[in-house]
Amino acid sequence: MQFVQARFNYLFKSTKGLILVAIAMIALETAIFGMLSGPMAEFGVRDFVVRVLNMNLIPAEREGRIIILYHSIAMAVVAIETYMITGLLKMKAFHRTAVRALVTCGYLLAMVFGMGFAYWGHSWPLHGLYIAGLTLVFFAGVVLVVALWPWREEYYQADNAYSRTKRGVDLERVAFFAAALTTVISAGFGAVPGSYFGNGFRVMLAENIIRYPDKTTLQYSVIGHLHIMLALIAIMLTLIVGRWLDFKGLLHKLAMPLMILGTIILNLGVWGVVTPLEPVAHMIIYVGATPSMLAALCLVIFGWDKLIRSGVAGISKPNFRQKLGALLRDPLKFGALWQMVYMNFTVSGIGILMAVRLDEIFRVWPAREERIELTGHWHILSAIVATIILLYYGDMIGLKGRIRKLYGWSIVVLSDLAFAAGTTFEMKRLFVPEATQQPLVNTVMLLVDFGLGMLLVVLALAMIWRLLDLFKRKGRWAEEIGHELSAEVGG
Amino acid sequence: MKRIPTTCLLLGVFLAACGSVDLDAPIPVYDTGVDPDAWVAIPAGEFLSGQFDDPLALDYDYEIMVTDATVAQYVDFLNTALPGGTLEIAAGKIVGYYPGDAFHGARHEVEIPAGKYLIVPLDDPASRFTFDGGTFEVREGYENHPMTNVSWFGARAYCGYSGWRLPTELEWEKAARGTDGRPYPWGDALARNNANFYASRDPFEDMSSFGSRTSPVGFYNGLSYAGYATLDSASPYGMYDMAGNVWQWTGDVYEGMHYRFMRGGSKDSYDMDLRLWVRNNAAPEYFGPGVGFRCAREAR
Repeated sequence: MQFVQARFNYLFKSTKGLILVAIAMIALETAIFGMLSGPMAEFGVRDFVVRVLNMNLIPAEREGRIIILYHSIAMAVVAIETYMITGLLKMKAFHRTAVRALVTCGYLLAMVFGMGFAYWGHSWPLHGLYIAGLTLVFFAGVVLVVALWPWREEYYQADNAYSRTKRGVDLERVAFFAAALTTVISAGFGAVPGSYFGNGFRVMLAENIIRYPDKTTLQYSVIGHLHIMLALIAIMLTLIVGRWLDFKGLLHKLAMPLMILGTIILNLGVWGVVTPLEPVAHMIIYVGATPSMLAALCLVIFGWDKLIRSGVAGISKPNFRQKLGALLRDPLKFGALWQMVYMNFTVSGIGILMAVRLDEIFRVWPAREERIELTGHWHILSAIVATIILLYYGDMIGLKGRIRKLYGWSIVVLSDLAFAAGTTFEMKRLFVPEATQQPLVNTVMLLVDFGLGMLLVVLALAMIWRLLDLFKRKGRWAEEIGHELSAEVGG
Repeated sequence: MKRIPTTCLLLGVFLAACGSVDLDAPIPVYDTGVDPDAWVAIPAGEFLSGQFDDPLALDYDYEIMVTDATVAQYVDFLNTALPGGTLEIAAGKIVGYYPGDAFHGARHEVEIPAGKYLIVPLDDPASRFTFDGGTFEVREGYENHPMTNVSWFGARAYCGYSGWRLPTELEWEKAARGTDGRPYPWGDALARNNANFYASRDPFEDMSSFGSRTSPVGFYNGLSYAGYATLDSASPYGMYDMAGNVWQWTGDVYEGMHYRFMRGGSKDSYDMDLRLWVRNNAAPEYFGPGVGFRCAREAR
């Protein structure tokens, strides 16, 4: 009994244990449900999985299934970020415990019962539990907002190296607070139309209605919701990475106001799509995205500079090669920042290109082609977020030496290979006519499958290792149970 | 030396991506026994429309082609309509007159005024016909394949030339689904030998080289072709290829949109796009190797 209780305490009461459970749940869900689409469907694996697991995939309910699938994974990612925030930032113990309890119960309920409802027939109690799960995650967000309130003196920043007001208000905490608050509000933009469309399963995927000139307010709300939630997850992760690397100094002072400003304007723009401001909402979004991305750039410059400085610390006049070596020495820290830079090629750049040449190029093609670009670029953004989380996770579980390099570089190289190939697939019509696309499609799909497949293998190996570790009496888990992320900042 | 295998691997991947595709690769020739000149009558009445089975009614009878318009049929049209002056050659393409659409100035709406528009391109290697400057001919083996590489204007011109028209989306959907709300023309589930879709392993595809190709109209009729057994996949009214093979242009022109809508999914579609309520759209001058059409007409 003590064996179970000790492991339970690690998995559900410690920061690192909670993160491990959430990553394992996502990995499990990805492994199972990833077999239902793409190449796995082509190879016949989907039919086998559906038969063996006795799934009930009604054609008319595909969109509903996908929406529940996205949400169940997103809730686990939100939970991971919440664990990190509550592990990194000062807050009352009661708040920390409440937030963690709510978000853990919430995402597990949403994931387990949501997927049960979506893929194994319509048991309405399961649907109720799924909604209850989402609601608990929402309430966790509300409590987190309260916990992060930055205008409490005990949370003031005394160190002038960090961004703060004259009174001492910690602007990084304000940035976290702004992101958390707007996340909670933006969740409502999904919950309201979700209640409407979910009542009778009149669901729709935003990418399928993109070309219709007349959209209802609720449809705009869905479109705004999905964009802003992903953007906020990315913003929150940027702040988390900043804390992990102990972001400070001049760039921090520059970045935090930019991040706060960007977060607020970005949200106002997205919320504006359901108001008469809709015609100019995109312009507001661009205005908001720019300072947010500049803030992320400040973090990248700070982080890479720090890596170089620490890497060449013992060398009196380091040359370029030595500096480059220092920069690339730790793939976990370098990689987390590199993925933010890489995102500009595979997500932001594509989005800007599409926006600039939409009517001349992209909307001449069939809508299904445009759908590939839309879904492709946000799948890549989601996956980039996941890889950054995995890189931080590698650091927090203390990977060292060759294993650290192998784990880190595998994640960076394999995922970037897949993302580059995926981006080429999205944009293929720019390079190759439809009739002669197959060799290009085969190659890029092979690279996507190889990159993501091997990445999942790396993740599976890490999960198996962690699982086996749980059976040891004095395993790594026993050390981690007392660790807190805030104590490891900048290490 | 250590870099040689990596370099070779990258070079191999690059070359594989740039590999040329033989668009004229031999294609199996099968007579499906389905008459592309046949029409089927669709009676007036209610049917279940869309993903959520909304009851709708069409209060008139109409007829619709049993199969997609074939390359042979379209070539006959070109050979008649070009000398007759209905169509013209301009800048390497066949063009024809279209009276234009009302323009509403909606966001992203492109004005389509009266004028001459692309019917079919003459220089596209994916086209399944040839033109020697005087006569159009079907590329060997493609006589009974659906006409592709045809714009919406081209599809409309073909139907209009004989006094027919493109079906509306609702006419198309009712003809495909019947009245019981089924997701596919033949019923509730999709098997690989129900239709020609992406990686459906039909005799016309080779995913390692040219990819998917069209199948003859009416191919999925329950017959076996050189050992490849098909399932009878006719719609409740007896139409073939209403899911897969080629997207089919429909005739509706919607306010505030210049896009034209297509239904049915194609040889290049994943199975989800073969569901009968799924809509695709493109600018009316778009043409591609996976887009064709069939015509509708008033009941006789």
